[in-house]
Amino acid sequence: MAKITAGVSTSHVPAIGAALDNGKANEEYWKPVFAGYDFSKQWIKEQKPDVIILVYNDHATAFSLDLIPTFALGCGEKYKSADEGWGPRPVPDVYCHQELASHIAQSVITDNFDLTIVNTMDVDHGLTVPLSLMFGETNAWPCKVIPLAVNVVLYPPPSGQRCYDLGKALRKAVESFDEDLNVQVWGTGGMSHQLQGPRAGLINKEFDNDFLDKLVNDPEAQARVPHIDYVREAGSEGVELVMWLIMRGALNDEVTEKHRFYHVPASNTAVGHLILENK
Amino acid sequence: MALDKPYSDIPGTTIFDADMARIGFHINQFAMSLMQAEHRERFKADERAYLDEWPMTEEQKQAVLDRDYNRMMSLGGNVYFLAKIFSTDGLSFQFAAATMTGMTQPEYAQMMLDGGRSPEGNLYKNEEKQGET
Ligand SMILES: [Fe+2]
Repeated sequence: MAKITAGVSTSHVPAIGAALDNGKANEEYWKPVFAGYDFSKQWIKEQKPDVIILVYNDHATAFSLDLIPTFALGCGEKYKSADEGWGPRPVPDVYCHQELASHIAQSVITDNFDLTIVNTMDVDHGLTVPLSLMFGETNAWPCKVIPLAVNVVLYPPPSGQRCYDLGKALRKAVESFDEDLNVQVWGTGGMSHQLQGPRAGLINKEFDNDFLDKLVNDPEAQARVPHIDYVREAGSEGVELVMWLIMRGALNDEVTEKHRFYHVPASNTAVGHLILENK
Repeated sequence: MALDKPYSDIPGTTIFDADMARIGFHINQFAMSLMQAEHRERFKADERAYLDEWPMTEEQKQAVLDRDYNRMMSLGGNVYFLAKIFSTDGLSFQFAAATMTGMTQPEYAQMMLDGGRSPEGNLYKNEEKQGET
């Protein structure tokens, strides 16, 4: 049987990808950011997941205003790194576990979550930066990845509660898949940041750390936090954090916090990162 | 009945909701078109002529020509779409964000290094409102 063993959450700041791709990882500015992932790189080598369900958002890359799916599950064979306007990140293609993806689609939609299915799209920094942070530079990602794109660009995104509940439905789907697979769920984006308007640059360490605590220890309460709290306190783009609730919903109520990292700044953003294992 | 938009009292912030997406449809789709190199070239060669191919309002076009990002956002632009414009100009997110705050890029970068903009005094348009909510 397939099993969800752990969850990872991390910011997916595009400048982190640019720093890696342009050989700036050893600069003073970036060193502390990447140091926060040293443990994680070692940890994931030992964990050897077969599949990662990677929750992220597209940033006006694959989805323009033509079409804005709230939840879009990648079921196609593979996904390329997108050209976001300065050439694609030089990272490998992402290969999907198509059998598990279609199983999830069938199970989760039957469970009342109206997913959109995406077979063809390019994936932007939201998906590739977390992979780079966890696996470093490589010619091929060491596992399959099922992209789950969440709309957080057009307000309102799905509610925290909806995200948390979707995580639970994902877990049910994975656990009813016959093949023995070690599956992780990743939630990405955040932490506090605002990229627009006279309030750009907002960082709220108190909010972020409270979010980290609650996500680990009282996710039900965090799931009830309304969007207005995120956009007011964590910035208009900080609302990306609802995606972490999908990861958390897919785990046990009780989890072991293996790793936590928090750092300000990476470009305009507070970087947060958690590794949670099912108890 | 009008929907409640509690985010309208957040200072210095435009929330890109469904109403803004309607108003900004064409300016965002114009910006999105700059993802393709040949469109970037045509835009750079004659910005006005390229903008005139899009059914945008004159105000929206002028805001683009002026690279007035706050104005573009007040007219329905979303920052992830508008990013295609400053990327075409070869400018970073941090540069663009700085222009929106009225700071120079070094000032803005220093603010971020110092821990970012503090939430204190920046959560409500009218701080007196804090008591009511
Ligand atoms: Fe993002």
